[in-house]
Amino acid sequence: MKRVAIILLLLLAAIVPRPTEQVSIRVASKKFTESVILGEMFRILAEDSGASVGHLRELGGTRIVFEALKSGEVDVYAEYTGTLINELFADRDIAGIEQLRTELEQLGLRMSDPLGFNNTYALGMLPDRAASDQIRTISDLNRVSGLRFGLGSEFMERSDGWPGLRSTYGLNPLQVNGLDHDIAYRQLQLGLIDVMDVYTTEARIDALNLTVLEDDRNYFPRYDAVILYRADFADQYAAAVRNILKLQGRIAAGEMTSCNRRVEIDSITEQQVAADFVEQTLGISSKVSDPGRLARITDSTLDHLELVRRSLLPAILFAIPLGILAAKSRWFGQFILGVTGIFQTIPSFALLVLLIPVVAKLGLQSIGAGASTAMIALFLYSLLPIVRNTQSGLTGIDNALQESASVLNLPARYRLLEIELPLASPSILAGIKTAAVLNIGFATLGALVGAGGYGQPILSGIRLNDTNLILEGAIPAALLALMTQAAFELIERYAVPKGVRLQSSSR
Amino acid sequence: MVELEGIIRRYDDLLALDDVSLSVGKASTVVLAGPSGCGKSTLLRVIAGLVQPDSGRVTVGGIELTPSTRTRIRDLLGYVIQDGGLFPHLTARDNVIIRARLLQWTADRTEARLLELSELTHFPVDALDRFPAQLSGGQRQRVGIMRALMTDPQVLLLDEPLGALDPIIRRDLQDDLKEIFSRLEKSVILVTHDLHEAEWFADRIILMRAGRIEQEGTAAELAEHPGSEFVSRFVRAQRTADFGSVLR
Repeated sequence: MKRVAIILLLLLAAIVPRPTEQVSIRVASKKFTESVILGEMFRILAEDSGASVGHLRELGGTRIVFEALKSGEVDVYAEYTGTLINELFADRDIAGIEQLRTELEQLGLRMSDPLGFNNTYALGMLPDRAASDQIRTISDLNRVSGLRFGLGSEFMERSDGWPGLRSTYGLNPLQVNGLDHDIAYRQLQLGLIDVMDVYTTEARIDALNLTVLEDDRNYFPRYDAVILYRADFADQYAAAVRNILKLQGRIAAGEMTSCNRRVEIDSITEQQVAADFVEQTLGISSKVSDPGRLARITDSTLDHLELVRRSLLPAILFAIPLGILAAKSRWFGQFILGVTGIFQTIPSFALLVLLIPVVAKLGLQSIGAGASTAMIALFLYSLLPIVRNTQSGLTGIDNALQESASVLNLPARYRLLEIELPLASPSILAGIKTAAVLNIGFATLGALVGAGGYGQPILSGIRLNDTNLILEGAIPAALLALMTQAAFELIERYAVPKGVRLQSSSR
Repeated sequence: MVELEGIIRRYDDLLALDDVSLSVGKASTVVLAGPSGCGKSTLLRVIAGLVQPDSGRVTVGGIELTPSTRTRIRDLLGYVIQDGGLFPHLTARDNVIIRARLLQWTADRTEARLLELSELTHFPVDALDRFPAQLSGGQRQRVGIMRALMTDPQVLLLDEPLGALDPIIRRDLQDDLKEIFSRLEKSVILVTHDLHEAEWFADRIILMRAGRIEQEGTAAELAEHPGSEFVSRFVRAQRTADFGSVLR
């Protein structure tokens, strides 16, 4: 009876979501500064029309944001024409802007006129390095051997990125690594790589005085920034959309670069920079509120716990029966350990991206606070340690005890519940503990799909090269892991039968 | 009470039991003795239904042991192994009464039987609420015996029940066990590698070697009329500093 009550309570705790603020308009941005600033501008302008607006900041990649826009989980975000034509609609062979509009229309999406600046890709090098080898254009790269390229992971894959660039210029560098864009900057500064991809309106180009190599064969297309939004959203919130569209043709390249610089170099918040720009350019003023560090940490803690709670508890309830089955049937055991093991080998970001269409198809929320993608990924990652420890705990029970139970004629159910599970409980708990600590670490990845948590400040901190911000996520995450570890020591006292504890301590 | 006919059990290349037949009557104590690996424990485990013979017949209380009768036959058995085989998460009391609880005995009946058994096995009543890890080796063994006897089975199977004990406690328990066996009038099959212990308990000793019964008889018969070179060597090897034994 007590056991049933505990299980019901766990289930309840697992499925009840934390109440979140309901917003009527959802703005999104990708995880680079310019996108976040533009997102903030959209938020300010939409709010000015009187709507309640949420901003899903720094989502993990173009695919994630675009899929969310298509499925209606996001209403509006800033995109680039080059990305749309060469990446998102690469299979359609789009000739011009009008055709692009038609394609978008078929998906229920609309695109604004250009905001006024072209943020294309380019290759950048440290000035000394470029000067010493007299590299001025991308073609010049072929004259120098032994160059090390560090390219953004997305750039490496995109059809308008590295593969085309390589064949257009016949580039054959010594070494090409796919890196996070912000990490690539660090590596460039440290001299670990020689060439990296940059976005032409990025502030760091000026700040580091990078040499931007001339695209002498005109490989890179235009990346005019545009506002991408849903048609149904435009109908429902016409005033908000009218306000946002005021930005069309109002942001010149220099202005965008200067906004980026204020955030990345001068450490002013994206919110403040966006507010200043909107006020100066459009005369629309807004209140900038900084909740302060403590409130931010509290918020990430709640988001983080939400991710852990709603993935770990179902994983426990699911994995223990799986572990029991795995212990009872050797064939099934091999199978289930194999399958749960495979989940562990899928890189977490890949798993998130893979899950998005699945989750969307199920009609669940794929991004934002409480996103099912993050929950399911964490759930899958948490299975293996629990299944494995349940199985090994049960199969590891002393054979003499198993035989005693057999000759005592204990019925199977009684034997499992009253003998085997209590004896395996130290191992099962250790599995849950491992899963919990892993889960807390993995949950930082929830930020990639806008689920918040400690990953959010870490992500922003990496992007802005702000160690304090990184620590704002990393320290609480480490503390939470330690506290979880400690909590499990207490739970062990309660959940492991006294006789088993006595036995293991007397050995 | 227990009949074995032509039991054969093979593990890969090893013939663990090679055509063993044996009959144990009511209220008699038979000891299976022999060097390690001779098959004596395997034979006991065949009777308990823990090892399935490749061929041969096992009958307990007139019922032939098959997968479908195994549960019924186990109801007739008490099984004691080295160190008691107690469940470490249950107190001595809960270990002993586990069967009675499943059979839904009344609390009074359970308690009465528990007291009777603790008296019989000389187990202190105030130690009943301790966990196995809090008991001495001898006490654990006594709890194991109580558990086996709780529902008053007709057959008692003991596999090296005193193997893990130091000599003094072992001596005490040997005395107590012998008294229990004679008072309860059960069919007892006890496995030991120690011929002195075998002599102490047994009406009849079955000396085994390499999966076969080498010779059976009383200790005196084995000592005085060894049927083979192996028997006389085994008997001689056990002639240690023991007093008053026919084995000397």
